This record gives sequence, structure tokens and C-alpha cells, in this order.
Amino acid sequence: MRVLLILTVVVTGLILIYGTQDMPDWGDPNSPPSTHVSPRYLEKTLAETATPNAVTSVLADYRGYDTLGETTVIFTAGVSCILILRTRKKQKKVDQNSNPDKT
Amino acid sequence: MTRLTDDIIIRAVARIMIPFIQIYALYVIMHGHHSPGGGFQGGVILGASFILYLITHGLEEARARMSELKAGIFSASGLLIYSGIGLLCLILGSNFLDYGRLSLILKVIPAQARSLGILGVEIGVGITVMAVMFSIFFDISTGGIIPEDEEIKEENG
Repeated sequence: MRVLLILTVVVTGLILIYGTQDMPDWGDPNSPPSTHVSPRYLEKTLAETATPNAVTSVLADYRGYDTLGETTVIFTAGVSCILILRTRKKQKKVDQNSNPDKT
Repeated sequence: MTRLTDDIIIRAVARIMIPFIQIYALYVIMHGHHSPGGGFQGGVILGASFILYLITHGLEEARARMSELKAGIFSASGLLIYSGIGLLCLILGSNFLDYGRLSLILKVIPAQARSLGILGVEIGVGITVMAVMFSIFFDISTGGIIPEDEEIKEENG
């Protein structure tokens, strides 16, 4: 059984590596992502947003809605930690009453 | 549970380091237009300074500076700043988060208004990230059980 699992992992990995052969080269100017909207952003970002850093202008302006979602995700993570970890007041009262020896 | 450390060297070094860490965090947030950085990175650095204070000075002193209630309010207000700027653009008659229309109230050219809109959004992101970092660390370090609850009740009642 273990041999079968290892074989599955190896074969899947080989298929994925074979799949990367069809991907465009790193930084290829003719690849689809580099020919669609990237040149437009790079050329117009200084004139349109007065921001020299294209990463910032794409992140916060052209893709501002996406960044709003990212911020919401972080906020949700904080709220989830509060909801999961922080105990309720009723439980606290019970704890305080059940441990009178501490004080 | 973290408490005030007995080692004076750790406390003194932390007292010296924290202002510089916070200045650097503000620099990273404000300078995101020109260099690598922005709200997420600067917010994490700013949160790290508060976490350093919590580690070195203990829970009680850290709560006096930044309580769990303040952290919660800050984390929500940062998101409110972000979406508020977006809604302001909507009210002024353009698309959601289309900062160009902010030039009507900022009295600058649209490109400059976009730059300022990006800055406002980055500040909102920074506040949220800072508060959430601190809030998560606070909850994990206390295990969620917050001491001195009686004092707060006395203050409220």
C-alpha cells in the first residue's frame, strides 16, 4: 500500500514537472500575462496615479477591490481568534467562583 | 502568561528600540509610493513593536498602552477607513474605490488625488494589520482568559 502511495506521488509529480515545460519562460515579454494589461499599467501608472511604484498603484488603485478583500480576510482572522480563544464572561465568573483559593 | 521581566537590560533595550521601530513602520507605510513597502508591511512592523512591548513589559503595562478593546476598535476602524474612502468615491459620483473623483474635495489634479487615495487606503490597511497582529498575539499569550476583569467591572459599574 505504501509503495502504491509513493508511486502515486512520484507519478503526479512527474506529470506536473512535464506540465511546466509548456509554461512561458521566466520574464518572457511575449507570454500572455505580459502582453495583456501589464504593459498598459507600467506605461500609464505615473501619468494616471502619480505613483512611481507600479506595484503600489496596481495593488491599491487598479486592484483596489482585491486589496479591500485581503484586508477583510485579515480582519476576519483577528475576529475569529477573538471568538475562538476569548472566553465568555459567564465562564469567567464560574472560574473565579470555583477557584477561591487563588487569592 | 507574559509578565514584566526582571532583566533591566531587556527592558532598557526595548524602550530604546520601540520608538525607532515605530518610526520605521510609519516610514514604510508612507513611503510605499516610492519604494517597496505599504500598508501590510508597515502594519506588521508597527504591530511587532507593540508585541515587543507586551513581551518585555508584561501584560498589565501593555494593556494600559493598548488594551484588547482598543485593538478591536482599531482593527475595525482601519477597514472602515478603507471602505469609507471607497464609499466617498461612490458618493462623489464615480465607481467604488475610483480615487480620481476625490480631486473634487482635495482640490488637486486627478492623478494626485489617486496618489492621495492610495495613501489613505494604505494607512487604513496598516491600522487594521497592526491591530489584528496585536490582538491575535494578545489572545494567544493570555490563552483568551483576560485577568483583572474585576477592575474593569468596577470601573464600568
